[in-house]
Amino acid sequence: MGKLEAKIPQGPLSEKWTNYKAHQNLVNPANKRRLDIIVVGTGLAGAAAAASFGELGFNVKAFGIHDSPRRAHSIAAQGGINAAKNYPNDGDSVFRLFYDTIKGGDYRAREANVYRLAEVSNDIIDQCVAQGVPFAREYGGLLDNRSFGGAQVSRTFYARGQTGQQLLLGAYSALSKEIGKGSVKMYTRRDLLDVVIVDGRARGVIMRNLITGAIERHAAHAVVLATGGYGNVFFLSTNAMASNGSAIWKAYKKGAFFGNPSFTQIHPTCIPVHGDYQSKLTLMSESLRNDGRIWVPKFAEDAEKIRKGQMKPTELNEDRRDYYLERRYPAFGNLVPRDVASRAAKERCDAGFGVGTTGLAVYLDFADAIQRLGKHVIEARYGNLFQMYEKIVDENPYETPMMIYPAVHYTMGGLWVDYELQTTIPGLFAAGEANFSDHGANRLGASALMQGLSDGYFVLPYTIQNYLADQIRVPAFKTDLPEFEKAEKEVNDTIARLLSINGKNTVDSYHRKLGLIMWDYVGMARNKEGLMKAIGMIQELRDDFWNNVKVPGRNEQVNPELEKALRVADFIELGELMARDALSREESCGGHFREEYQTPEGEALRDDVNYTYVAAWEHKGEKAEPALHKEPLVFEFIEVKQRNYK
Amino acid sequence: MTKIMYASITKKIIMSLAGLFLTSFLVVHLSINLLILFDDSRQLFNEAAHFMATNPLIQTFQWVLFLGFIIHIIVGLILQIQNWLARPVRYDHKGSSELSFFSKYMIHTGAIVFIFLIIHFANFFVKAKFGHLAEIQYESGTYEDLGILVVQLFSDTGYVVFYVVAILLLGFHLEHGFQSAFQSLGLNHSKYTPVIKLAGTLFSIALTAGYIAIPLVIYFS
Amino acid sequence: MDLTLKIWRQASAEEKGKFVNYQVQNISHDASFLEMLDILNESLVTKGDDPVAFDHDCREGICGACSLYINGRPHGPDRGITTCQMHMRNFQDGETIVIEPWRARPFPVIKDLMVDRSAFDAIIQAGGYVSVRTGGVPDANAIPIKKRDADLAMDAAACIGCGACVAACKNASAMLFVSAKVSQFALLPQGRVEAQERVQKMVAKMDELGFGNCTNTYACEAECPKEISVANIARMNREFLAARIAAPKE
Repeated sequence: MGKLEAKIPQGPLSEKWTNYKAHQNLVNPANKRRLDIIVVGTGLAGAAAAASFGELGFNVKAFGIHDSPRRAHSIAAQGGINAAKNYPNDGDSVFRLFYDTIKGGDYRAREANVYRLAEVSNDIIDQCVAQGVPFAREYGGLLDNRSFGGAQVSRTFYARGQTGQQLLLGAYSALSKEIGKGSVKMYTRRDLLDVVIVDGRARGVIMRNLITGAIERHAAHAVVLATGGYGNVFFLSTNAMASNGSAIWKAYKKGAFFGNPSFTQIHPTCIPVHGDYQSKLTLMSESLRNDGRIWVPKFAEDAEKIRKGQMKPTELNEDRRDYYLERRYPAFGNLVPRDVASRAAKERCDAGFGVGTTGLAVYLDFADAIQRLGKHVIEARYGNLFQMYEKIVDENPYETPMMIYPAVHYTMGGLWVDYELQTTIPGLFAAGEANFSDHGANRLGASALMQGLSDGYFVLPYTIQNYLADQIRVPAFKTDLPEFEKAEKEVNDTIARLLSINGKNTVDSYHRKLGLIMWDYVGMARNKEGLMKAIGMIQELRDDFWNNVKVPGRNEQVNPELEKALRVADFIELGELMARDALSREESCGGHFREEYQTPEGEALRDDVNYTYVAAWEHKGEKAEPALHKEPLVFEFIEVKQRNYK
Repeated sequence: MTKIMYASITKKIIMSLAGLFLTSFLVVHLSINLLILFDDSRQLFNEAAHFMATNPLIQTFQWVLFLGFIIHIIVGLILQIQNWLARPVRYDHKGSSELSFFSKYMIHTGAIVFIFLIIHFANFFVKAKFGHLAEIQYESGTYEDLGILVVQLFSDTGYVVFYVVAILLLGFHLEHGFQSAFQSLGLNHSKYTPVIKLAGTLFSIALTAGYIAIPLVIYFS
Repeated sequence: MDLTLKIWRQASAEEKGKFVNYQVQNISHDASFLEMLDILNESLVTKGDDPVAFDHDCREGICGACSLYINGRPHGPDRGITTCQMHMRNFQDGETIVIEPWRARPFPVIKDLMVDRSAFDAIIQAGGYVSVRTGGVPDANAIPIKKRDADLAMDAAACIGCGACVAACKNASAMLFVSAKVSQFALLPQGRVEAQERVQKMVAKMDELGFGNCTNTYACEAECPKEISVANIARMNREFLAARIAAPKE
């Protein structure tokens, strides 16, 4: 159990990070040049880390799955980034941001990590502005803020509805600067197929060149995984098509513990599913909930008529509408946290009040806001989102309410990391969505960007030095070590096996099946019976996959089907672990809702006595059951309460 | 250094300056040409032609003008060749993007105007400079009768057609070129650019109409 | 709806390509263009054929990966959107759709409809950044920025680097892409500091990579999925001219 040492520094909460930095080991400039770092993934966390490492003088090799780091899925984040600047003078502080984040995560995150996140949040805004990120401003020339779910202050900085894009392009420009200088070598269109461990430490990776199919070995003194989340386990999610969990899954199979795998965020405001050919779901920014009001018909017969197309939502009088979030949660209203909003939507739809042709949608209505503020204000705030909605749904949201439904959006779970963001494998770090660290059981809006950049710009550049300080005498690695040989052979064998099955079902058909199992049993509402059933179904699916999948073509070419097959093989296994984790956590918290554990009003019912811990899963071999380790969460500085947004 | 000297934008700026300069020449040329329509004796025109041919300042400036032409043509050709090279494999489906229409044909209109220019040069400039023109007596003195050359040429149907077509193409060239020059020089403004575009179109129409009016009036009278 | 697709197939950069016709049936009007291609690929895979390779990722119009030249227009017939945001309701039943890769010397075809756009990264690496290091920067509100300038910078920064401007331009010019980045930084005080060096370095790199010259056709603006204005090109011309005039003797 010594492996699960969180390494939280001593001292009062507000001094922990300062103390850590004051006493950690550093690497002197001459030695930095001799140390190699591999960064896998070049989204917010990866690009920020790679750029910062390069600036410090390390030799960096950065790997991305896309043709350019600018395409990483961080780019799609819309709403904004939180920081405790308190520019609006509305009572915000580092402590309040910390507290809101911990509470929003339903008390399943580590205090010290979250406090550090809140602490560096202000530096992130400064850094991004200095990079030329065009945040929204007021007429006086100073930065503008908006409010977001789960907070009573306005602390969200934004760049129209494209904040993720602008922050990523900022990190991308910093990375490009370092690539131009030669301190970072960028490898695009590469898929990580294995992590190489030498003498118990992460020393390299096996990559597949997605253009030539070449299997490459790369060695370094430390490896950082910043490969994002695994929401695509559900097939339909707001994640990009290429987003996958393979890198962290390979690390898990090499011995890194996986933290809270079942903690998945279902985002309340997505465009509803419209057909079985559908490839992904589109998110409508949570910021829409600032001005939009969510409702369903109050009477089931109205809902029925709307579903059949016999009635339009605009024809329904106010007294025949149910603004259920405002009704249930008067204090936060439409701005309740995501998990609460999603469950409430599901509850209404399950009860027969859903709209849209499938009955799986609720309204997000801007009529009031347009009347109060004028169409031009709404257009300035959300114009691009409205346009996006209209293109997809072919309805004008200025005239008729938007339809939304929850969809898988973010995975709070990820590789277990300590305070230094180091996994249980020495030398292997995980950053951004790929780690489990800061969001507990539910992430607040506008916190993902904050965490990615915090990890990349302000945490890893310090903590990785603490690790590398005792590596300065280790000469650069050769890739002809037997460990590399073996890892490459395994990768080649897996590829050869996939290509030789030549079954009758496409990769996507398995992915879709997996997605349905996950959505039905490991989705927004879970129960013991369903989860056990899901585990069985996933195991069957796994066998079926390895016997009947069809992967055409060769390895030595651009082969998107092979890429997908490798990812889906991992998703299937990961899905099983998610179900196991959900099964073992017999409480409801945040995004994890066990139907057996709820209050009479249908709110999540935590069990703090038995489940105030991080579930860290250890791989025990193929087909063997994984082992659960528990990192107890100790709350020294805040009082653990029932979440209440009423 | 050389790279920056001849950067794409530098070339575009040279093109636009040379183009605007040549446009000013077109205005001067037209205003002299139009004189031929004002009296049957061609006195105004011949006097002006004489002035242009003998004034030392104008004579010096003539070489600057030649240089302007040469630069505009050579740089234009270089740009065009680079542009062709930038897309070695063409699209199969014809491009149907919205764009400034005449911008597609600048090299074509330019090339035909260039051919016209050579013929025009041979017809007038070479004859006036090196050939022997008839002389005509006015009260103010004796002048070479360049005007009669104009009248003779514009009686020929084929030449008039050729002339009119060439001038129309020049008009098309100008229609895009005028506003384009401002854009290349970085002069784009939400308020003034629409004005420039409109002015460019009106200017091109006026200039074309002016040039075309001369052969038509002479031919039909 | 039923459609005929005339698609450019090319096994690799070295091999010669050709057009191949495919038929797809029963496509929903509500399907996106890429979902229509997914359906085609699924049927190709089932038959044991090589699926059509094309770049795509976020499928919500922001990553800039998708890049198809459809019936003579980058990102197809609709304005202000990417290929992934285009839905089949823009087409007629029975129509033949011609799908080609971006064509430009600096964008060589990798396979089928996939092209290599790393030239854009090379241009950014040449100077498309503000040279600040992580840490040690002033407070975010230390320098007020005129809202109008911040908005214009944001307009330019909205570029997703898809390359539609190059694909649409008859000269395969990258001026809209480059000028968007130059403008974003030129408009902000943080970027102003090294604006003169930046514009020269980026333009030099753009020229070196073999993009064509801008002849102000404005097709780029018409096809840009983010509707970035050619006013940015003028601003870059201005910046470049001023930088050249002001540049000290070397």
